[in-house]
Amino acid sequence: MGSLGERTAVLGVGQTRYQSTRGDVSIAGLVREAALRALEDASCTWADIDAVVIGKAPDFFEGLMMPELFLADALGCVGKPILRVHTAGSVGGSTALVAASLIQGRIHRRVLTLGFEKQSESNATWALSLPQPFSVSINAGAGGYFSPIIRRYMARSGAPELIGCMVAFKDRRHALRNPYAHLHQPDLTFDQVVDAPMLWDPIRFSETCPSSDGACAMVLGDEATGDAADGPVAWVHGTAMRSEANNFPGRDEVNPQASRDCAVDVFSQAGITDPRSEIDAVEMYVPFSWYEPMWLESLGFAEPDRGWRMVEDGSTGMDGGDLPVNCSGGVLSSNPIGASGMIRFAEAALQVRGMAGDHQVDGARRAFGHAYGGGAQYFAMWVVGADKP
Amino acid sequence: MTGVPDERGRLRADLVIEYPFTRTTGPVVGAFMTGLRDGRIVGSRRTDGRVFVPAVEVDPETGDAITEIVEVGSTGVIETWTWVDPPRPGSPWEDPHGLALVRLDGADTPMLHGVLVESADDMATGMRVEAVWKAERVGHITDLKGFVPEGTGQAENSAEGTERAVDETDEAVRSIRTPIRLEYDFIPSAAAQEYLHAYADKRILGNRSPVDGAVFVPPRGVDPRHGVAATEMVELAHTGHVGNFCVTHLPIPGRDDLPTPYVSAWIHLDGADIGFLGLVAGCDLDDVRIGMRVRAVWKPDEDLGATAENVLYWEPTGDPDVPVDRAGNRAWRDSAPGEVVEDA
Repeated sequence: MGSLGERTAVLGVGQTRYQSTRGDVSIAGLVREAALRALEDASCTWADIDAVVIGKAPDFFEGLMMPELFLADALGCVGKPILRVHTAGSVGGSTALVAASLIQGRIHRRVLTLGFEKQSESNATWALSLPQPFSVSINAGAGGYFSPIIRRYMARSGAPELIGCMVAFKDRRHALRNPYAHLHQPDLTFDQVVDAPMLWDPIRFSETCPSSDGACAMVLGDEATGDAADGPVAWVHGTAMRSEANNFPGRDEVNPQASRDCAVDVFSQAGITDPRSEIDAVEMYVPFSWYEPMWLESLGFAEPDRGWRMVEDGSTGMDGGDLPVNCSGGVLSSNPIGASGMIRFAEAALQVRGMAGDHQVDGARRAFGHAYGGGAQYFAMWVVGADKP
Repeated sequence: MTGVPDERGRLRADLVIEYPFTRTTGPVVGAFMTGLRDGRIVGSRRTDGRVFVPAVEVDPETGDAITEIVEVGSTGVIETWTWVDPPRPGSPWEDPHGLALVRLDGADTPMLHGVLVESADDMATGMRVEAVWKAERVGHITDLKGFVPEGTGQAENSAEGTERAVDETDEAVRSIRTPIRLEYDFIPSAAAQEYLHAYADKRILGNRSPVDGAVFVPPRGVDPRHGVAATEMVELAHTGHVGNFCVTHLPIPGRDDLPTPYVSAWIHLDGADIGFLGLVAGCDLDDVRIGMRVRAVWKPDEDLGATAENVLYWEPTGDPDVPVDRAGNRAWRDSAPGEVVEDA
């Protein structure tokens, strides 16, 4: 169980516009764009930063090894510690939490943390389908892996067939309010979502995330820096990570033990007993639409097998929902993989700072950021609030 | 691929992982690459006047952006060097060569490149060198063949008067190809060796946990839940059920032979407590269900080898389904650590 230690604040957030190809900048230029925006938001310069913690997707995803080596000068950390975090798709979240731990543990006062990806330079599905000698090569990327798990959720929850389409349509509508989102499809209709081709049955093309280039950064600070900030900061109320193996007897792959344990821990730290009523905005890692109801249940926002009802009755939408989920448009609207988890954490912070612009949830005081990765094996979560914990 | 035992009886295979990644250069590194294509070497100048070659985007001391591009000389001095004999596979050079940090005239930092001389005796710190260019240039570091001693007439093939692969009016270089190739000598673990050899005899082996009796397939030699060695092998049935499945409509990279759509499924063999991936065929795809009973369809005996590829696919047996809530990993009754259960 985590202990909060030093009170930690999100002082600044910086994002790039997410899009399919950023042909105008190198990876160094891309990460600097996000980092400089976070520094500006935090009213900091490179000299104010004590350490840098970065994360990216697995190496084969973009053929980039040791980013901590080649990005050290681009991130202004010559003469400072730089760390790189690896936890597959959840990396953006766990990177933020490693950075937070350096503040919580009173090692550093201000830490820059950043996640990035340039999917345009690579092919993630190729990287997830590497053959192994002596084996039958039928791995079909992330969709091939998660499709059976979704199928099982549908079977055991009795959810109507179009719940996933409803999530996808909602998140694409939300994305229209977020200028950083990759997919802006103002003319998209629900029927188009439903009629999209099946890729990994039961996952339609419209229910998958795009491939994006982009970076997201945050400046985290200790209590004194948070107190001294001119503008609103987000205070960290809870941080938790868990992991588990991806295949073992008795595993509930729909609702992994590690996910449940992580949620119990993070809400306990934040003093939250009823997440649905006490959390005002959720940024959840939903790369395939059906994961919204699945995680709603796993995280305790909904009873088992009933998360889909929250989708169906509009509870997770920005217009009138009591628990808006992925107001930014979520992973379904922008997916620079190595950054996607951090975007969830950063968007949660923006909500409680009142700085989410057109996708702001009115009066949001506490928000939840979530990321998962691997075969739903790695979990990273935080609760942030407008008030000091 | 079918395994062929080596002299020690071990299965091994060559595994090559390669991909032609691209790298977007951005404006500063792009200027350096564009310069190479045009037979020039450029650096970037920071505010105090010092010039970095190759051009860098960021001042490593201050973190400030550097945007001013300046051309430097194609001659310079060797600051330090080593001798490479023989060059590694994939090296731009076929013959033994020097590898030196060369500080070009007008630059304040040295760049690493080859020095094309006969032997290490021809190398010296402080030696003056000049660039030798390829005739066909594309905007890559290998457009520069390397350096040779200055004024010896060896740099005949200088940029002057040579053909460029592209016209000067062409756009600046914006990206480069950076193919990556990794070659592995793939040797399965001891438990996997036993598993694969058994396939040649049409047997499928699992590995029983000494702690709770759970049977893993493929065997791993360990019980990953309890962190102990698992040495007991168990022969498993050729029948099982579909724990879960995906109907995939996209081709898999490298599996052009597999027509779409196809069904990949987690096959839970009778007697095993976890599933493994296999193809389901021999029925209408719409008939595949969670809990459907299946059996292995093997390659003809004469084609069998030490490989899991011996099972071509899994086909329905027609027996009654396993109930959905008992199918897949959830069938395992979670026994307490240390409890040894009887055979499933």
